[in-house]
Amino acid sequence: MARITYIEHDGTEHVVEVKNGLSVMEGAVKNNIPGIDADCGGACACATCHVYVGEAWRDKTGTPSAMEESMLDFAENVEPNSRLSCQIKVSDELEGLIVTMPESQH
Amino acid sequence: MSETEAGVVIVGAGHAGGTAAALLRQYGYQGRVTLMGEEPIPPYQRPPLSKAWLKGEADADSLMLKPHSFYEGAGIELILGVKVTGLARSARVVRLEGGAERAYETLILAMGARARTLPIPGAELTGVMSLRTAADAETLKASLRPGRRLAVIGGGYIGLEAAASGRALGAEVVVIEREAQILARVAKDPLCSFLTEYHRARGVAFEVGARVEAFEGEGGHVSSVRLGDGRVISCDAVLVGVGLVRNDELARESGLECVNGVVVDEHARTSDPHVFAIGDVTHRPIPLYDRMFWLESVANALEQAKQAAAAIVGRPAPAQEVTWNWSDQYDLKLQFAGLPFDADDIVVRGDPASAKFAVFHLRGDILRSLEAVNAPAEFMAGRQLIGSQRPISRARLADVSVSMKEVAA
Repeated sequence: MARITYIEHDGTEHVVEVKNGLSVMEGAVKNNIPGIDADCGGACACATCHVYVGEAWRDKTGTPSAMEESMLDFAENVEPNSRLSCQIKVSDELEGLIVTMPESQH
Repeated sequence: MSETEAGVVIVGAGHAGGTAAALLRQYGYQGRVTLMGEEPIPPYQRPPLSKAWLKGEADADSLMLKPHSFYEGAGIELILGVKVTGLARSARVVRLEGGAERAYETLILAMGARARTLPIPGAELTGVMSLRTAADAETLKASLRPGRRLAVIGGGYIGLEAAASGRALGAEVVVIEREAQILARVAKDPLCSFLTEYHRARGVAFEVGARVEAFEGEGGHVSSVRLGDGRVISCDAVLVGVGLVRNDELARESGLECVNGVVVDEHARTSDPHVFAIGDVTHRPIPLYDRMFWLESVANALEQAKQAAAAIVGRPAPAQEVTWNWSDQYDLKLQFAGLPFDADDIVVRGDPASAKFAVFHLRGDILRSLEAVNAPAEFMAGRQLIGSQRPISRARLADVSVSMKEVAA
């Protein structure tokens, strides 16, 4: 279980507890948090769950796979800390994680 | 929110209906929202039923669009396990099986589609299955294990995904296809040949150009498939994946305009201003291709759910999307974008032998659609190019030494 803060592009914060084993994307979608569309449901097929990972958690959230990198390459407003949230698995390690959402997922 | 208020009634609690209900709340809709479905469980994702879930890589909970508690918290009334049998548009009322009625201010039809069945002898035998619902998937999964033989009727994406998942579970699989090639109605070479060989190398047998004449059984359970040429293929289970039938009966009987699906405009509105329709059940405009068409995908369900929810709350309409879809088979990630309408040429980028390539369908120098195999950059850049309709160089597109970023630049 980890407490995760999702910050919408307009600054609106949502703090929720997410079970271990779920993805950061699932934590948002299951709590109806706007800003993460996740059209493909976590298959790493659509790049509509793009988030920016807070600096302090970049190591703990790991490095993106080649597939994820390629998808991110063509997402909008990509930054060095961009990730697809469906590819980040939640664990106790991520307690306090903060992710921020881009203006749009398309 | 008042209990006597009619609000929005959504008929069909699938991916489209469930998303529309959640979006109405996300967009700030304050009225009553009622979500009705025939299946006994809240909205869930169907794509994994033939992919990760079937292979045992995803649990039932992970399929759920939202946790059950979400609906109560969001003030969405779920009425599950009921069939809506009537629609009286002049009175703005839907009638449920058993006689109960429910009034609406706005109605969203999201009844989806059902699997097409084969009207041939033996179709009623146990072990002859379709794959559309979670219940179907449970039945299919129970029959997939080492030593069992699955016959898949129809070499479409559902059939191929089930074949790949069946092999992962150790079952023997034979795919029987009526056309001369698998995916004949939706794809072309080199994709069709590539996928045939990929499956064959992983133990799947193919019978193409084969007409299925009957299912034969022992003790009420299917034991073989009889082909038109008289051959008999023994099996323990049959999955029929030969397309779908849209559940538009309710709309047709109520006099809404239907063309093998409920006709809607670019805001998901039907011919009745109080009635929207979304998802697989619709016949919808595709502005990019300047025509009406049927789309059967999650992307379509989500796009139309957004259109309807936005129109109901008075938000600006969402941007038009380039339709897309995906498939997972073995270690292959297949991604598709656009529709190959009016395409006059194909450009292949990458080598199919490397299992990393993309097939682009062009009209002149405008990209119309693409199929990408383990090629996410080709998918992402191609999808943007399909939307922008910007002319591109075929030579550069075919040249893997030119990056997709450069091709799209």
